Amino acid sequence: MQNLSTVIENDDIRTSKVTAAKTAFLYTIPMMAGFIFLGIAYGVYMRSCGFSPIYPILMAVTIFAGSIEFVTVGLLLSNFNPIYALFLTIMVNGRHVFYGISMLDKYRGTGKKKWFLIAGMIDESFSVNYMADVPAGIDKGWFMFFVTIYNYIYWVVSTAVGALFGSLLTFNMEGLDFVMTALFLVIFISQWQNESSHESSLLGLGISLLSLTMFGEKYFLLPAMAGIWVILTFRRKQLERKVRTQ
Amino acid sequence: MTTAQQVITIGIVVLATQFTRWIAFFTFPANKPTPKYIKYLGNVLPSAIFGMLVIYCYKNVDLFSNSHGIPQLLAGAVVVSLQFWKKNMFLSIGVGTVLYMILVQFVF
Repeated sequence: MQNLSTVIENDDIRTSKVTAAKTAFLYTIPMMAGFIFLGIAYGVYMRSCGFSPIYPILMAVTIFAGSIEFVTVGLLLSNFNPIYALFLTIMVNGRHVFYGISMLDKYRGTGKKKWFLIAGMIDESFSVNYMADVPAGIDKGWFMFFVTIYNYIYWVVSTAVGALFGSLLTFNMEGLDFVMTALFLVIFISQWQNESSHESSLLGLGISLLSLTMFGEKYFLLPAMAGIWVILTFRRKQLERKVRTQ
Repeated sequence: MTTAQQVITIGIVVLATQFTRWIAFFTFPANKPTPKYIKYLGNVLPSAIFGMLVIYCYKNVDLFSNSHGIPQLLAGAVVVSLQFWKKNMFLSIGVGTVLYMILVQFVF
């Protein structure tokens, strides 16, 4: 009897995993399109700079963060400067710190999967895992795991295709990268419709835009983050009340 | 740059990227209660981050170039309106992206 119930339980876990895998796949379709474009573009770009295919492929596998990978190409082409490499990476990827703070609770209790969820926490995985309204009966931990691993596979495979076969492409993909902008717009709107106060959303837009005009596209992220953090900290009393009385 | 220097450079980028992803989880481990202030930040930050990511996507748009950023802004407006109206993520993203591709390939 006990054996049977364990079998059923195992079976439940397996079907739940399969549903999580399927649901996660549906959610990541836009990212697949975006990464096919960006990954191929990245692979082709590194080849055009004179690197062998192994470079973009290994960088996609180990760095796994789109924008800094493009930036690293520039680093590899200039004089050796490890301090500048460190500074630039923190500058471009500092936003991950905010993702971590936002995911402290959501990644809790996910067991060993947590290691991979954190190591692979890119913009797209963070946004979908934070926003997705996972239907009841689907294991949230496995859902988030599959979202993260699909994105990883899309990125690495697309980069490899671009690096190895980029020159054979004839289909005009120009503009397909807009799929990522569309994704983040949709996520922003979904959050907008779910929140009781729009103060933080507007703050994020406003401060970032201000910082972009002041510091330029290369350096605006960290000042924007600092501004958002400082203002949210000073507005804590008011905002906590607004969010509570929803 | 020698191969060794290239490996070191890539290694620094890898480690620094991982550092930015892990630091919050190391500082506030799951087995200890998270400070209220950090919980508050975790609640209000995402909205601001999504706003920041939208601006990040538009950072390369040059309002004074040939197309004046019209394709990006027009397709973006279509995505936002569709999302408000139909609330269907795939429809909004699909229509917006196809429109943008048509605009940059054939119109501008």
